[in-house]
Amino acid sequence: MKFQFLLIIALAAAGFSADLAGQQSLAIRGETIHTMARQADGQWMEPIENGVVLIIDGKVTAVGVASAVEIPDGIRVIDAAVVTPGLIDSRSVVGLAGWLNYDHDQDQLERSSPMQPELDARDAYNVREPLIAWVRSLGITTLHTGHAPGQLISGQTFIVKTRGDNVDQAVLKSKAMVVCTLGSSGFGSGGKSPGTRAKQMAMIRQEFIKARSYMDKIEAAQADEEKDPPARDLRNEVLAEILRGERPLMITAHGSVDIQNALRLQKELQIKVVLEGASECYDYFDELKEQQIPVIIHPTMMRASGKGQNSSMETVAKMVAAGIPVAMGSGYESYVPKTRVVLWEAAIACAYGCPFNDALGLITASAAELLGISDRVGSLEVGKDGDVALYDGDPFEYTSHCVGTVIDGVVVSDQPR
Amino acid sequence: MDIPSLQRAPLLLVAPLLLIVLALSSNLHADSTAFIGATIYPVSGPVIEDGVMVVRDGKIESIGARSDVVIPSGATQVESSGKTIIPGLICTHSHIGMGGGGDGSDPIQPECWTLDSVNVRSASVERARAGGLTLVNQMPGSGHLISGRTTYLKLRRGGKVDDLLIHDASGWPMGGLKMANGTNSQRAAPFPGTRAKSAALVRGAYIKAQEYRAKIEKAAGDPEKMPERDLKMEALVEALEGKRIVHHHTHRHDDILTVLRLRDEFGFQVVLHHVSDAWKVAKEIAEAKAPCSIIVIDSPGGKLEARDIQMENGMILEQAGVNVSFHTDDWITDSRLFLRSAALGVRAGMTREGALRALTLSGAEMLGLADRTGSLDPGKDADFAIISGDPFSVYTKVLETYVEGIQVFDLSNPEHRLFAVGGRGAGEDQTYQCCGERGGQ
Repeated sequence: MKFQFLLIIALAAAGFSADLAGQQSLAIRGETIHTMARQADGQWMEPIENGVVLIIDGKVTAVGVASAVEIPDGIRVIDAAVVTPGLIDSRSVVGLAGWLNYDHDQDQLERSSPMQPELDARDAYNVREPLIAWVRSLGITTLHTGHAPGQLISGQTFIVKTRGDNVDQAVLKSKAMVVCTLGSSGFGSGGKSPGTRAKQMAMIRQEFIKARSYMDKIEAAQADEEKDPPARDLRNEVLAEILRGERPLMITAHGSVDIQNALRLQKELQIKVVLEGASECYDYFDELKEQQIPVIIHPTMMRASGKGQNSSMETVAKMVAAGIPVAMGSGYESYVPKTRVVLWEAAIACAYGCPFNDALGLITASAAELLGISDRVGSLEVGKDGDVALYDGDPFEYTSHCVGTVIDGVVVSDQPR
Repeated sequence: MDIPSLQRAPLLLVAPLLLIVLALSSNLHADSTAFIGATIYPVSGPVIEDGVMVVRDGKIESIGARSDVVIPSGATQVESSGKTIIPGLICTHSHIGMGGGGDGSDPIQPECWTLDSVNVRSASVERARAGGLTLVNQMPGSGHLISGRTTYLKLRRGGKVDDLLIHDASGWPMGGLKMANGTNSQRAAPFPGTRAKSAALVRGAYIKAQEYRAKIEKAAGDPEKMPERDLKMEALVEALEGKRIVHHHTHRHDDILTVLRLRDEFGFQVVLHHVSDAWKVAKEIAEAKAPCSIIVIDSPGGKLEARDIQMENGMILEQAGVNVSFHTDDWITDSRLFLRSAALGVRAGMTREGALRALTLSGAEMLGLADRTGSLDPGKDADFAIISGDPFSVYTKVLETYVEGIQVFDLSNPEHRLFAVGGRGAGEDQTYQCCGERGGQ
């Protein structure tokens, strides 16, 4: 009886997954397919003219010119002028910072303490947030999202696909980075510390010293049965992950002094740092290269005032020319637009001197590499997730439309936008 | 020029030299310049391929196909093949220079004027020139029912606001009146807390203005019988008489209709601004013949009342027969990329002709300045931009901007370029150099 019951469940599960697989298979024919695959030397592969991307059971199983890819009978076929990998927003707050911008939908920043690395973005992600559907309709399939800049260490980020009815269905990588803000936007509110840049640095150093000592106590307890491990501490657990190099500290810094401080922290703590925002990073290419710090650059259309007053629309072009690993994020917006759209931000970078493939790379392959998810997404290659964006023309042109978005082989948006 | 040696030169020698210099410089102004070979979008008429535009004394003298335009002898000829010339862009709603209006003391402060607070040396003004803008409606904010008088600024180069003003026939600087409804202007008393209270306060102010105007009319010029001068009332009377166009911030469909109701009650001229819900009440707006100055935002929301904004607003209003302009609301969107707003309008279904008109002539109409700018027609101010290609392509750059025939932006000039693309120092206010003195004028 018990056995029969289990068998029924197993059959039902198998049936369900076979059904799902049927829905997750698709052939996409494109007049131009930008696979965003790299050659052995790291250069971009040429786009495929009149090609096919075949997706079976949610994974890419073939990519090539139409004559070389056999489309199985009965599979759904979609045509588009231009095909790219599903787009990746490398630094978003979508899902935590809702579109209405009222207290009840703003979960991106907890202001009660300057240092809260224990905040897990999964606990605040609203999978039904309308801005998710908005960016999805423009081809964005992956978000690196989470806590906003605005506190010294404001919480964690994670990576999602822009689909799913609950956060577990959406998640691609549950532990991504930890958010740190240097400069005046990371000062405490209401006179609370940190109130200066020097205080910010002192507080961070002290916090990591505590975390190091926490790690030491755990190691000591592991080595010696006589010793008790320290009481669990969520904050130190997360900082220890950074110290062990398991996840990067993503430092939002725009001004010259703040970028220098980020560089110094990386050297002192010997941790993985990703620089985010980075308006004035154009003065620090040598240091970024030497310290192997990749950059999630500010959206090109970030406001040219305040922290962005010295930002340049040509920064990305210069970074690419200098060989700095770079991806683009939509950043954090406190008013309108409540989120920027990385497709349009990369377009402006392209218009201001960044070669087309590198500009598209900012929101596809280079982004996946920077985020450590290039085994799954970012390019259209065999074995990767069937995440695709379709357009009726040059994706960067103002007047082109995104005509379809596909995630794991499922069409999740098909209204021209 | 070696000034010391000139100073030592005998007066007899210097005087004729000076005369020649003066004659040359006045000639330069009087002389005409012909831009030859460009694709020209006059906006008032069809596109001209291989066109010629002749500019003289700050005005457009002639425009047409190369074969149809006589280039005056002695005209400076500017080879413009491969480039595109469009009218200078007009932003009907801008906060460049951050000119503000009223303070927190009262929801109704028509006596305040952005003229008194705008900083024309702001980098944001430079960025507007870099975007091909030649005229802006410099607005106070939307945190009041009536936050003050707006200022129309021609983006001439100048270090003081007076250099950028436009004067009416009586010599008075031109501008409109900023009003707002919906949630931005609702807060603690004395500000309104509800929509009905907002409308009631506005009614009260305009009724007072009607009474003030009646007293003036009754006085029939007799100074003894005139009411005490009241700056609040003076601005509202100008609005009642159609001398000051009301520029009304409004988002939600019912707020839009409230503006139209108040307009009909009091008879002021109104331009609806932002109009996020325009697509819901396009028919009503068209029937009311109310022009709309709209914004394009990269994602919906930001606040509840703007939640339903659609990129299709431009198309829907155009198809309904409404006069539409775009605005930057700079710093909400960047003046350097103002063409992008219209291009996204085209993406969402607007016609190319309608979208370009919405950046130029329609804006001029909404500011009451279409007789002098907004399209490329003989006799109008030579306000135009030279761009590198199709107005609606992401790859097109604004190369030069001219206001009244004078170049105010040149992408090939490194100082101007800094403001166009950004970089270290791009956020600094401009110093205007004249006569060797930093900041002098």
